[in-house]
Amino acid sequence: MSFLKIKNLSVDYKMRRETINAAKNVNIDVNKGEILGLVGESGSGKSTVGNAIINLIDEPGRVSKGSIVLDGIDIHADPQNIVKYRGKKIGLIFQDPQTSLNPILTIGEQLIETIQTHLNLNVDDAKNKAINLLKEVGIKDAETRFDNYPHQFSGGMRQRVVISLALCCEPELLIADEPTTALDVSIQSQILDLIKKLTKERNLAVILITHDMGVIAETADRVAVMKNGDLVEIGPTKELLTKPKEIYTKSLVSSVPPTNKKISRFKIIEKENKKQSDTNIKILNRWVKKEISDKDLVQVESLSKTFDDSFFIESSKNSVMAVNDVSFSIKEGQSFGLVGESGSGKSTIAKMIVNLFKPSSGDIYFNDVCVTKIKSNKEMLKFRKQIQMIFQDPYSSLNGRLKVKDIVSEPIKLHNPSVSSKDLDDYIYDLLESVELTQQSAERYPHEFSGGQRQRISIARALATQPRLLVCDEPTSALDVSIQAQILNLLKDLQEQLNLTILFISHDLPVVRQMCDRIAVLKNGKLCEISNTEDLFIKPKHDYTKELLKLMPKIESIYK
Amino acid sequence: MVMLVVAFVSFSLFNFVGDPINNMVGEETSDEERDQIREDLGLNDPVHIQFIRFTGNALKGNFGISYQLRRPVSELITERLPATLELVVISAIIALVSGTLLGVYTGINRKGFLSDVILAISLLGVSLPTFVIGILFIYLFAVILGILPSFGRGEVVDLGFWSTGFLTLSGLKAIILPSVTLSLFQMTYIIRLVRAEMMEILQTDYIKFARARGINEKSIHYKHALKNGLIPVITIAGINIGTLIAFSIITETVFQWPGMGFLFIQAVKFVDIPIMSAYLVFIAFVFVMINFIVDILYYFIDPRIRVKSEAVSG
Amino acid sequence: MASQRLTLLSRIKDSDIYFSFIKSPTAIVSSVILVIIFFCSFFVEFVAPFNPFDPSSLSLMEAFTPPSWSEKGMTKYILGTDGQGRDMLSTILYGSRISLIVGFSAILFSLLLGVTLGLTAGYFGGKYEMIVMRLTDVQLTVPSILMALLVDGIARGIISRELHDEMAIYVLIFAIGISEWPQFARVSRAATLVEKNKDYVSASTIIGVSNILIMFKHILPNIMRPVLVIGTIGLALAIIAESTLSFLGVGVPPTTPSLGTLIRIGNDFLFSGEWWITFFPAIFLVLLAFSINLLGDWMRDTLNPKLN
Repeated sequence: MSFLKIKNLSVDYKMRRETINAAKNVNIDVNKGEILGLVGESGSGKSTVGNAIINLIDEPGRVSKGSIVLDGIDIHADPQNIVKYRGKKIGLIFQDPQTSLNPILTIGEQLIETIQTHLNLNVDDAKNKAINLLKEVGIKDAETRFDNYPHQFSGGMRQRVVISLALCCEPELLIADEPTTALDVSIQSQILDLIKKLTKERNLAVILITHDMGVIAETADRVAVMKNGDLVEIGPTKELLTKPKEIYTKSLVSSVPPTNKKISRFKIIEKENKKQSDTNIKILNRWVKKEISDKDLVQVESLSKTFDDSFFIESSKNSVMAVNDVSFSIKEGQSFGLVGESGSGKSTIAKMIVNLFKPSSGDIYFNDVCVTKIKSNKEMLKFRKQIQMIFQDPYSSLNGRLKVKDIVSEPIKLHNPSVSSKDLDDYIYDLLESVELTQQSAERYPHEFSGGQRQRISIARALATQPRLLVCDEPTSALDVSIQAQILNLLKDLQEQLNLTILFISHDLPVVRQMCDRIAVLKNGKLCEISNTEDLFIKPKHDYTKELLKLMPKIESIYK
Repeated sequence: MVMLVVAFVSFSLFNFVGDPINNMVGEETSDEERDQIREDLGLNDPVHIQFIRFTGNALKGNFGISYQLRRPVSELITERLPATLELVVISAIIALVSGTLLGVYTGINRKGFLSDVILAISLLGVSLPTFVIGILFIYLFAVILGILPSFGRGEVVDLGFWSTGFLTLSGLKAIILPSVTLSLFQMTYIIRLVRAEMMEILQTDYIKFARARGINEKSIHYKHALKNGLIPVITIAGINIGTLIAFSIITETVFQWPGMGFLFIQAVKFVDIPIMSAYLVFIAFVFVMINFIVDILYYFIDPRIRVKSEAVSG
Repeated sequence: MASQRLTLLSRIKDSDIYFSFIKSPTAIVSSVILVIIFFCSFFVEFVAPFNPFDPSSLSLMEAFTPPSWSEKGMTKYILGTDGQGRDMLSTILYGSRISLIVGFSAILFSLLLGVTLGLTAGYFGGKYEMIVMRLTDVQLTVPSILMALLVDGIARGIISRELHDEMAIYVLIFAIGISEWPQFARVSRAATLVEKNKDYVSASTIIGVSNILIMFKHILPNIMRPVLVIGTIGLALAIIAESTLSFLGVGVPPTTPSLGTLIRIGNDFLFSGEWWITFFPAIFLVLLAFSINLLGDWMRDTLNPKLN
């Protein structure tokens, strides 16, 4: 008999037009001392299942069917009763430690309140228990930190406090909903190690909800895969990842960028996949192709950027050195990767290259022209035409008030005001088809498209000026893996056929390995090392690179 | 800073709006006499000297003589001040206490029948101009029922520096209608703000997390949510008192309450500049004091301001 | 062309706003009331039974006639007459026209001023933004009614008395408008700050679109929702402010009475029992403000922008 048994769980959201089944007849069991990974892409219903267990589903959702049996007791039989299990038997950890804690209560107050809600302890005993717990989750000086407010902790430390709060009444089931998604790789591995350690020491049953196959491979004992509310497949991690039975699981696994080798394209496994062949890049005819030279297209020389906290008084104390003396160059036709954790300055460098920010010091040369010294508007427009950018967030990168047609035509009209409307339409259609969108898309608005399709519109807009350099700032990190694989394939095809130079910015090492020829690693605004991709992954020189490579979750770890 | 700006504005008002001499003397005054008065008043001095003198006088509480009433402005103000302050303080207490309570109630019980009723009334309250409320009250309680006085302060007790209406029955009766009238608009406003604030906080992750830990609803509402919800109420309260002083102009007119607002509205009608500028300086002073107090309260209530976050590596 | 219009219509029908509108009885009722009031006020010459400003139609004999349903009432004066024998219904309709004109003009003035300042301040930032925001902060602490009174007082000082009656309505529009703009500036700046950091603005910059075009073509349409909500609620506030000022006797001159003026005039007769002279204009004013607020409240819930 397993410790937790979810039987035929269905969750419905009654919406205006239809009822959405966020979970359909889901059956999952979890044993004590085991971590069950619950994976799926956005909208798969994985978080819904997690919330349904403790009956905390957002309006207008509700559990329409099924039972949840914990330790032999159906805890949903009496809805009033479930409150008693929250915190006492079941602990929950949320994704974002920044918002999970009450900002105006000290962590001690929050811990003591939770402990006293469930356990019959006086204040002193509760405090002792809380301090021991804080020590257990790895918070130093627990006695003094006890009286601190949440804002006095860093992100990783805060997540440790959240874990201690979830565990303070010794629950036997822990539900962790994307507990490391908001954290950097190095902190992610610490938190995952902590969860693994606690599972073993306390003999917990853990449900780890995540979208990251690498995290699953490294932590979960068993995996359940969900798609559109259905449980697709469930089984031991190794078996499921190496020998997936269902088509969906297969495509999910093959979409994950491998960390140990470079592949030319991602295999897309889908049921109605008609044209697996190279994309038909129609705009090729319009493209003025540059002959491949061995010249540097971009040169960055001792670039620095300082942000002042207070713009009113020039003070050196508050200023943050976001980028510190960085130099590199990119050859024409090359794909160059900038890698680093949050705060490494990688996006700031990108924004300086496209001239959204002015550097504090240092120079940027594009095609031998010093970008920072461009004065006239005409010169600037000429420069703008040659560099375009693709952004991380597919939702904010398109103006929701404009039709796709108007979004894509804006750069064309701006750089070629005399274009006739017939030519313009043809051009727009060619662009849309080149990124695998239909002509009909032109008349529609961005909100009618999915995240991946929006990213394609973004690419079409960027290609409209026929740029030589395409800056991609985390272009796929907001997308699901299967969509990521498609977009990465598209970018590769475009680069090959149009001979684009690409500056690819990412925190995701496996993705960078697939996309780039050369890679620069950044930490806290400083350059750690630059080398060719395969060299970097096989024999990294800098300690930080070594650490990053060691800590990144690897799906291949399952083969060991 | 703000005080200086206001002082300058009221000084300009004093000097450049209309010809002060024209306002002071009759038509038949000869040009020589006018020049003499001008010289006596120091109006021929350079502007900055005049400004310094104005500020100096203002600091001493000297704002000149009212054109219309021909009495020193400072005297008029001190005479009227207690009436306005008593009215405003009573109204502020009514508005803040009941507004916050009802706001919290409707924020927590979002779907109850009582909440709907309170909300509908509060929306009506925002739509009712203060003077209309006043007129309705007068008609109902003074004309039809005849239980409460419709104008004036009733009997007041003079304490030397202060004349209060709190010590006599008629004084207390007289303040009921004006203070309720004045507070009603503000109260409905506060209800809506507090409700919105509570609803937003109840949606946050930390409330969800508290629920997931099994903390009971009572503690979630009154310990976790309310404390966070009350932080913005401090700002609201500050603005609220300022607004009440301004709106007391209307209430005082409707109820012929012998306060500063009544004085001010007469001044606007007769372009009595000294009173206008003195009132302006007074209001600005009150606002600056309120802002100062609000800032201090924030410091004590919000740990994010009080306790600086240390740089801790994670 | 026809098909395009059809798609626009179906787009509107398909939208969540339309759906929530037809699902909300308060929104429907309040907008019907508003449409009727607007219609009657703007075509008052054709709708009103009498022209209260035509001296030949006035008869002092019929002054203080109570409403038609009371004992001494006359059927031709549904809501009775005032102290000069003017038909109350007609006077109210003419008065509400003045109130609406002043309210709309004032709110339009403050909207244009506030949004322009807020948009540019949010977009350009720096010292310019600081100055604009400091200005709104200072002005927001001064209650709008006081601000309007001051402006009016100053105007009276500058403009001679004869001219003032003619200018009164413009002074009033300016006084109310100038006291409401900080709301618009604050909201549009806050919205602009959010929009400015969205990638579509960066994308436009990288394409080479000019600042002016980015502000007015890209950002402006995206910040209009909160501005419209503020504008609707502001309209009710402006109408209330107008009537308040007129009630205090510093608004429009008595020759062209607005609702507030009517209430003030009627207030004098309250104690002698002629309640209808002040009661009906007051009810009308409250109905107008209440309907606008109901609509504004619905808009706020539907468009759900973060206010303040």
